[in-house]
Amino acid sequence: MKGKVWKFGNDIDTDIILPGRYLIYTDEERLSEHCMEGLVSDFKSKVNAGDFILGGTNFGCGSSREHAPIAIKGCGISAVIAESFARIFYRNATNVGVPLLEAPGVSALIEDGEEIEVDMENGLIISESGKEIEFKKLPPFMLEILESGGLINYLKNQKNE
Amino acid sequence: MSTIAEKIFARASGNGEAEAGDIVMADIDIAMMHDLTGPLAVESFNKIGTEKVWDSSKIVIPFDHQVPADSLDSANNHILMRKFVKEQTIENFYDVKEGVCHQVLPEKGHVIPGTVIVGADSHTCTYGALGAFATGIGSTDMAMVLSTGQLWFKVPETIRFNVEGKLKENTSAKDVILNIIGQVGADGATYKSCEFAGETISEMNISDRMVLSNMAIEMGGKTGLIEPDGKTYDYLKDRVSGENRNRLKAFIEKSNLKSDLDSPSLEIMDIDVSELEPQIACPHNVDNVKPASELDVEIDQVFIGSCTNGRIEDLRDAARILKGNKIANELRMLVIPASKETYLKALDEGLIKIFVEAGALVSAPCCGPCLGGHTGLIGPDEVSLSTSNRNFKGRQGSPEGKVYLSSAKVAAQSAIEGRIAVPKEE
Repeated sequence: MKGKVWKFGNDIDTDIILPGRYLIYTDEERLSEHCMEGLVSDFKSKVNAGDFILGGTNFGCGSSREHAPIAIKGCGISAVIAESFARIFYRNATNVGVPLLEAPGVSALIEDGEEIEVDMENGLIISESGKEIEFKKLPPFMLEILESGGLINYLKNQKNE
Repeated sequence: MSTIAEKIFARASGNGEAEAGDIVMADIDIAMMHDLTGPLAVESFNKIGTEKVWDSSKIVIPFDHQVPADSLDSANNHILMRKFVKEQTIENFYDVKEGVCHQVLPEKGHVIPGTVIVGADSHTCTYGALGAFATGIGSTDMAMVLSTGQLWFKVPETIRFNVEGKLKENTSAKDVILNIIGQVGADGATYKSCEFAGETISEMNISDRMVLSNMAIEMGGKTGLIEPDGKTYDYLKDRVSGENRNRLKAFIEKSNLKSDLDSPSLEIMDIDVSELEPQIACPHNVDNVKPASELDVEIDQVFIGSCTNGRIEDLRDAARILKGNKIANELRMLVIPASKETYLKALDEGLIKIFVEAGALVSAPCCGPCLGGHTGLIGPDEVSLSTSNRNFKGRQGSPEGKVYLSSAKVAAQSAIEGRIAVPKEE
């Protein structure tokens, strides 16, 4: 996976990822139009498919709204990288098929706008200047859930096998 | 040598034992979803393709976030959920008239000590105040629960806040929890079960305990547990019915739902509240906590309500201060009782009259401006003082607005003065 980094700070909460007034929607397209709008206006139109979100500690804290990772997915973000993630967000993002890569120390090493490469198999983030940063590799079943596009598709695929 | 959380998962997993770090599949006793997270869960449930929910008596659906419907989109969400309730013969459905989910579930007797409750709402941890392991989940996890009645959990470690000391008259449980969150930080208890114990907690009524448990999530906690005691039983005994009545009785008779203090997964933090002053969480993080006396902040709107502080005790606190006074000019004040039961009590006690005479708007039970989706939003550069639980950027409307969090006592005093103010010690 290769893409540009959109860098944010610590404690990025799910209200900032997707404000409460848009929870009346359930479809990915409409939700993604409002992703991160309190911090970056028209985030979706600025992001290219495959780009990454980089956060600090406690990314995804607050509300349990699954609308938040769905909005991120709808923007075409290929993975969220952070120092650490909040618990409910971690489950929700995995369940909707957004990979979360936990890499302590990462925010000091990668700048906003940098082009990076992510090697899921070896658990490595490679910066523009060639620095290698390790993240906690995901177990095989989680990779399968993500490759299926989320938990529900994964369960369906398993039923059909 | 186990914690409350481990004891609950030992039973719910069917394994007979559970240790922090174990991954277990647990039986769910109650699953809750509301009008805002329900539609996504129902969509996911339909995608899984299960025809019937696992148990229509164990699912609770209150409408509280967008009530009454404020847009066609909300109305359509309500229609979708009412249809689901009918098709699946959901027994515990509370339409727009009952109140905020986290107040309605305890009031209606759905929260039994020792059970596992999941809710598609992060403040589900509130029910820990009655000794249930209750936690927030997303809509896909909820779809799995609706289909199977089970969910996997990592059994959490426990951080036990041992709270001692008598609170000053102008403080309350809200000041205690804000102070704790300020000390440990917004991720200080991530993945952990928070426990509130000690003399101060034993002295607290159930409403105050719910304030503490409600905000466990604001430090990353998975739940906020309090050992059930006589007060728990007294609160629930006339509220439970059917099978739950027997469960509650059996539970009280052989209760051992206490954490063993020598449990390896238990960490203890001592908190002394005897000198605690009124606390405020300042924008834009709940752990940005300062004493109210140190702030010099003018406010545009005061909101008293929500699943944190919209209970009758909060309304009494506010009414005591507001009685015979008027709120400041150019200030808006919203008072929203957390439930129909609270609203009726407030009417009986004459509290609503006090609020209206002081210049406040009183609305029917709902989540109100807490999550900035429905009513009472703030605009750019406006300042809200709120008794709710989150002050994130944009939480109550404009991302250029500011939200401060306080107790109902501080909110009422501040409404009179038009700025953040410390109530007098009575």
